[in-house]
Amino acid sequence: MRKLILGLVIGVFLVCSVLGSLALSKDLTIGLSFPSLSFAWFAFLEQAVKDKAAQLGGIEVISLEAENNVSKQISIIEDMIIKGVDGVLLVPIEVEAVIPAIEALNKANIPVVTVDRRIKEGAPVQILCHVGADNVEGGRKAAKFIVEKLTEKYGEPKGVVIELTGTPGAGPAIDRSAGFNEIMKQYPNIVVKSQTANFRREDGMKVMEDFIMSTPQIDAVFGANDEMILGAIQALDASGKFDVKEVITVGFDALPEALKLIEEGVLDATIEQFPGKQAATAFEILVKYLREGVTPEKSLVYIEPKVITKDNLNEAEKSF
Amino acid sequence: MPVLVEEKSTQIFQKFFVFWDRVGILLAFLVVFVMFGALTPVFFHPLNILNVIRQVSIIGVIAVGMTFVILLGGIDLSVGSIVAFTGIIAAGFQVKWGGSLFLSIVVPLLIGGGIGFLNGFISTKGKLHPFIVTLGMMSIFRGATLLVAQGKPISGMSPAFRFIGAGMVGPIPFPVILFLGCVVIAGIVLKRTVFGRYIYAIGGNEEAALLSGIMVERYKISAFTLLGFLSGLSGLILTSRLNSGELVAGQGYELDVIASVVIGGTSLMGGEGGVYGTLIGALLIGVVSNGLNLLGVQPYWQMIVKGIIVIFAVLLDRLKRRFRTA
Repeated sequence: MRKLILGLVIGVFLVCSVLGSLALSKDLTIGLSFPSLSFAWFAFLEQAVKDKAAQLGGIEVISLEAENNVSKQISIIEDMIIKGVDGVLLVPIEVEAVIPAIEALNKANIPVVTVDRRIKEGAPVQILCHVGADNVEGGRKAAKFIVEKLTEKYGEPKGVVIELTGTPGAGPAIDRSAGFNEIMKQYPNIVVKSQTANFRREDGMKVMEDFIMSTPQIDAVFGANDEMILGAIQALDASGKFDVKEVITVGFDALPEALKLIEEGVLDATIEQFPGKQAATAFEILVKYLREGVTPEKSLVYIEPKVITKDNLNEAEKSF
Repeated sequence: MPVLVEEKSTQIFQKFFVFWDRVGILLAFLVVFVMFGALTPVFFHPLNILNVIRQVSIIGVIAVGMTFVILLGGIDLSVGSIVAFTGIIAAGFQVKWGGSLFLSIVVPLLIGGGIGFLNGFISTKGKLHPFIVTLGMMSIFRGATLLVAQGKPISGMSPAFRFIGAGMVGPIPFPVILFLGCVVIAGIVLKRTVFGRYIYAIGGNEEAALLSGIMVERYKISAFTLLGFLSGLSGLILTSRLNSGELVAGQGYELDVIASVVIGGTSLMGGEGGVYGTLIGALLIGVVSNGLNLLGVQPYWQMIVKGIIVIFAVLLDRLKRRFRTA
């Protein structure tokens, strides 16, 4: 009896492993590691990748949740190596901390493509390619848009601009603010007041309420993501002190809710970074390398950000 | 001779702590309040004062419930996740599942209470420390939030629902009325009812309470249930105010909530403190954040200042106990 059970167990195990290896040999398995799927942004990136995978066919996509926690992301990547994925599509949570995990991937000869966020420049690891948005350029474009609107209003570039920055230390927060302030610095008559609202709507609303109290004149508000500008708009709307439609408001990310407000004339503009295109492009580069051995021409692919206003709403991906 | 001196200084400390017990936290609050007012006059503007109380009300409602749990010597880390989960359920009923105002208010409150009940039931019946049970629940309901929402925030509430978080009764924001209402009711319950007196009795000495026939477990479960219910209420206020069920809602709330209660003078050992202290504690945190924002201070400082206040408050509690027993 004991032998029978033992034999059965071994038999089942053998069949499973043969089937498993067959499944693996047929398909390409690609691991996705994003900071957290609780942000609509990454959930959308994931969907774009899955759509592309379905279109290309024969690819299994494994996506694991890192809860925006660096050490969790590292262990996820280690698990992927053990599982034997063919390639990894990565959005690093942080520029530096994830590097040991990439070293391990290099050692296991598993190619890595990063999307959206880069790892630290000059790190001693191999990245097949990075596909991303130029956040600095996005910040510049937002600033230029506001300067233009202020000039329309006053005949010259002047006024008070509130900048709501993202989570301190996060790459996109740093880059967007850097681009924004690079342009604003060229106009001495524009006063920029900055405070962080952690990329969150709740904080955007709170911080804006405080600015409304402390600042008698507000001409424009730039939120380094749409969540924050949506919160700020609600605060402006509830204040009774400012007319939301009068204040120039600019967001970032082109969320559907933001696009709706642009259509209604409440929000003036948002910056579209085409995340779907980014993710799909990165995935395609990775698959092409794995299937055909094609190394991408450039190791850095930037998708140009675009200012979306009422006039070019149809150019937004709108796909969230 | 030295003995005498020591006794005298102990007496002075004892007197100080009796004094501090009564009005200390209020005094500290007033000092901070006047200081910010002097630095930026706009701070005293009635609109700003209302802003602060409204901003505080979301945390404050939960802190009222947390006061009960901490008085019993317990703790609950799952409140932030309950806020997110009940918020997304409310948003779901508003936007996706028929738009019934009644269901989008009642169901989240019941779910909040239900999760609280589970927290209490599992920790008492299973003889587990609530720290661990609620830590697990924190993860479960953060995940459940993502599951229900499928990774996307749900936005676009009806005007009637928006009244909960954004409505005004005369010049007073509705969340402020909810919050202060909770404080007053909880204050009466704690001081004037058998339920309240037993909570202090259990928190003060659980064994003695048990031996004198108090149904300790039942009171603990009730306190957790109340806290869950109030976290659900907070979820409703937040979702209504943001006009959106957010996936990251309530993240880190447990820290602000516990800080409010502790700064307010409720002892983490249980049995001592009260809900009016919690009101002041929550206001103190809110005022510091608002004042630093008005002054345009870098956000990093806000976190540092908050941490210092919390440690200071707990330290005072510890010193108070030492000198009382001395």
